[in-house]
Amino acid sequence: MPRAKEVKAFTFPRVLTERTFHYCPGCHHGIAHRLLAEVIEELGVRERAYGVASIGCACFLYHYFDVDICEAPHGRACAAATGAKRARPELVVFTYQGDGDFAAIGLTESLHAAARGERITAIMINNTVYGMTGGQLSPTTLPGQRTTTTPEGRDPRIYGYPLKVAEILAAFPGVAFCARVAVNRPKRVLEAREALRKAFLAQIEDRGFGYVEFLSACPVNWKLDPVRAAEKVDELAETFPLGVFRDLS
Amino acid sequence: MRVRPILVKGSEAIALGALAAGCRCYFGYPITPQNEIPELMARELPKRGGVFLQAESELAAVNMLLGAASTGVRAMTSSSSPGISLMAETFSYLAALELPAVIVNVSRGGPGLGGIEASQGDYFQATRGAGHGDYHFLVLAPSSIQEAYELTAKAFELAEKYRQPAMILTDALLGQMKEPLRPKKIRVREYPKDWALTGARGRPGRTLRSLFLGPGELRARNELLQRKYRAMRREVRAEVLYAEEADLFVVAFGSMARIVKEAVDVAREKGYPVAFVRPVTLFPFPETTFRKLSRAGVRFLVVELNCGQMVEDVKLSVCGRSEVESLALPPSDLPAPEDIYRRIKRCLVRKR
Repeated sequence: MPRAKEVKAFTFPRVLTERTFHYCPGCHHGIAHRLLAEVIEELGVRERAYGVASIGCACFLYHYFDVDICEAPHGRACAAATGAKRARPELVVFTYQGDGDFAAIGLTESLHAAARGERITAIMINNTVYGMTGGQLSPTTLPGQRTTTTPEGRDPRIYGYPLKVAEILAAFPGVAFCARVAVNRPKRVLEAREALRKAFLAQIEDRGFGYVEFLSACPVNWKLDPVRAAEKVDELAETFPLGVFRDLS
Repeated sequence: MRVRPILVKGSEAIALGALAAGCRCYFGYPITPQNEIPELMARELPKRGGVFLQAESELAAVNMLLGAASTGVRAMTSSSSPGISLMAETFSYLAALELPAVIVNVSRGGPGLGGIEASQGDYFQATRGAGHGDYHFLVLAPSSIQEAYELTAKAFELAEKYRQPAMILTDALLGQMKEPLRPKKIRVREYPKDWALTGARGRPGRTLRSLFLGPGELRARNELLQRKYRAMRREVRAEVLYAEEADLFVVAFGSMARIVKEAVDVAREKGYPVAFVRPVTLFPFPETTFRKLSRAGVRFLVVELNCGQMVEDVKLSVCGRSEVESLALPPSDLPAPEDIYRRIKRCLVRKR
């Protein structure tokens, strides 16, 4: 039987450095990083990309991306990104933030950047806990979910309910693209990639703020093995529905 | 060609100085008594192809400044005391990331909400670093409207020279009064920006970061910053008058120095051997100037519109070789030159 012709399905993205990720086994940062790198490469914007690294596990963004990256104080990534974009509109500016960074300490900066329709792309990795700090309560922690600061589980009477950022941003006229994605199944990985692409196009085509929220596994702080953690993302999706909430393209 | 003088407020002179220096981005949040700065920038910057943006808070404003400065453009923010406190965390980051940026504090009375009158109560905050960690801003304190214009322009140059945030520390008195200003053209030197984030065109990606976890990395980082702060001593400026024949040096900075200078002149007219010293750079502090003036038998009287802050730097500088007295005037208590003169006389009488 003749051998089937080999087709190169993908290569290592030029935008990623060859450094090995430091992330824990089963963490979804690695997949999100790769998708981000692929999209930057596909859009041909590596040479005008400007990333804002934030706080927590993803603060080492600059070790893995061969683009210009600046660090911002906790929660202020969208404000720093605003400054960079306003100073040099030709740059393709993105932030990469956790749920604590984007939706707790930085919620004001995040919402106002979106409200202004800032031509930036914001990526929020939502794993419902403060990962690097050791698994404390986050604004997105599910009701009943145990964290180190809600040892009996999040009681909504005390801590309220999870903050649904994508749903909030979807109502903003300045937001040109807003989606919530997951990467725990191959099909979803492809959908996540497409969402990222559109969120970047929103700024490249000068239409407005782009936002992609990744539901992401945190096996260590969830105290689950990587497979169970990936499955648990489905449970998260019951509270945080996946989908495109706004697309003005 | 002679430049025709214009009558402007101190705050407007600061904004004009920034424009003269080629400031391209301004981010700020309104707070009294410095609103003339953002208002002038809102009118003038867009006309010149620059960016004015009113932020949702001082936190956002200073982080927008961080983002803009990281791309290598000349950028500024301004605020007043409570707003400056809100920016403190990012000040530490600006210093750590070695970003040239200009920050203006048209300070008001405190603590807390305090009042909107003139005060020099933010001296410690400005010179010690309001944020966390071992860092400093370069701090310049103008005492006239012409100087506010020129020092603001100079602040942009020094910020770039040292890759270092620079602060203009002034107060409501200078910020709100009007004086003639000659808005002469100012040449601001350019320095290489081989660190700026402008997109990795034809080169590897660049990183601006302050997190250093590797063995010895953070220590090396701090040593680098400290070397820079020592090198900044070259920029020390101070105004000294009548030093030769004096045995009492009256010391003041910023707007207070105007009142003190007048009091010193009155004292000298009456034959008292009094001199005047005005630090223009508050960090680096003109230690050498004070060290040279200090000797047994001479005395320093440090007049401040606060509860006594700069007096500590004067004491450190003279290192016990001379007596140092503090005339601390908490905010709301703006003295007349005669009040200072009376105190000078008391000082001299007690000495004899």
